[in-house]
Amino acid sequence: MNFTMLVTVVLTAIAFVAIVILLSWLISPHSYNEQKMEPYECGIPTRGGSWMKFRVGYYLFAILFLMFEVETVFLFPWAVVTRDLGVGGLLGILFFLFILVLGLAYAWRKGALKWK
Amino acid sequence: MFDFSIVTNWIHQWLLSLMPQGWAIFTECVAVGIGIILLYALLAIILIYMERKVCAAFQCRLGPNRVGPWGCIQVICDVLKMLTKEIFTPKGVDKKLYNLAPYMILLASFLTFACLPISKGLEVLDFNVGVFFLLAASSIGVVGILLAGWSSNNKFSIIGAMRSGAQIISYELSAGMAILTMVVLSGTMQISEIVGMQTNGWLIFTGHIPAFVAFIIYLIAGNAECNRGPFDLPEAESELTAGYHTEYSGMGFGFFYLAEYLNLFIVAAIAATVFLGGWMPLHIPGLDGFNTIMDYIPGFIWYFGKAFFVVFLLMWMRWSFPRLRIDQILSLEWKYLVPISMINLLVMALVVTFGWHF
Repeated sequence: MNFTMLVTVVLTAIAFVAIVILLSWLISPHSYNEQKMEPYECGIPTRGGSWMKFRVGYYLFAILFLMFEVETVFLFPWAVVTRDLGVGGLLGILFFLFILVLGLAYAWRKGALKWK
Repeated sequence: MFDFSIVTNWIHQWLLSLMPQGWAIFTECVAVGIGIILLYALLAIILIYMERKVCAAFQCRLGPNRVGPWGCIQVICDVLKMLTKEIFTPKGVDKKLYNLAPYMILLASFLTFACLPISKGLEVLDFNVGVFFLLAASSIGVVGILLAGWSSNNKFSIIGAMRSGAQIISYELSAGMAILTMVVLSGTMQISEIVGMQTNGWLIFTGHIPAFVAFIIYLIAGNAECNRGPFDLPEAESELTAGYHTEYSGMGFGFFYLAEYLNLFIVAAIAATVFLGGWMPLHIPGLDGFNTIMDYIPGFIWYFGKAFFVVFLLMWMRWSFPRLRIDQILSLEWKYLVPISMINLLVMALVVTFGWHF
């Protein structure tokens, strides 16, 4: 039943957007002119392409995020059974987090967290 | 507490007596879909009205007060106005991605919305990996934002999308860690079980100090994940016009607006579920009379009450603090919140292992 509901919710979301766009298309006016279709950049003509270079900093943070997000995936199964694992599990996860913090400390030391 | 599964079972039996099983399940699915859409739209309208009024109160203004009593029809009029605006695709955009983006954002929003336990027996999605699913579903939203910004062929959009991407994925970490801390305490990921175990005390009270720290971290990270408040860089009006949805018109923009407000509610509702006991009434051990009176208030009123209380906290944050810079946002997350939430997680593990919680 749960997976039927999952499919239902996904279809509901898609149907909602599609129906509202259709409704809006039916009742809204349509017109065309050259200026209206231009990208909006405060009214002056745009210069150069929009798909331009951007700061590498974003990429560094995305890489760091990947490391921590994968770690969260590993931590969830542990979190459910912490109570049963006792001190042994605690020491294990301490070691796991220690390696992870080492990674963060390295990135910090190398200046990856600084916005230059 | 009234169990709504009695009602849903009764409807199921009634439908089975009318038609074969396949059709009965189909009818139920359609009913659930319509119910979700109605609740979604209703909440969006309430939230936008509340935001305007709260914002006005913080700035010593009146807010909307012309259309209807206390201006309460204003938002509905705005939605109608937005529906009558033309949706057009500007020149030079990547058409496929441009049109796909609203679907992605609304999909993420609907999936997380369906996970919320509104009252006992009224959960639409209740997986045994509930909280994990919730975090996974909510991160689809950032894909939609990146698509919208990238495909728009506009420099403002792309800068807004990049900022938003960096900010949302960063703050997802500490929001995830805060919830993880509570999973350590509750020992289950299923949302209905997390709520069920808070009968005798909400997790924020039973969880000692780490639960409270996790709540604060979750509020900050949640505010950042909705692109709101001091973290509204991705759509900073004064520098980027409207950020990643600059090029969207009419309802195309409306979807982003809708999803933004519903995400605010979802963040608040998750906080209400995981920290403040979901639909569980407030119980004080020892005061039986008080507890019995509290039990008479229906679960969904408790739930919406708590959720809107957290929404108010988040709005308070938004209208009280000035906007941060992008480097300040990222260093707040990576140099403060991530280490603090990791230490907090370890403290919670210690508390749970040695049984120090209440």
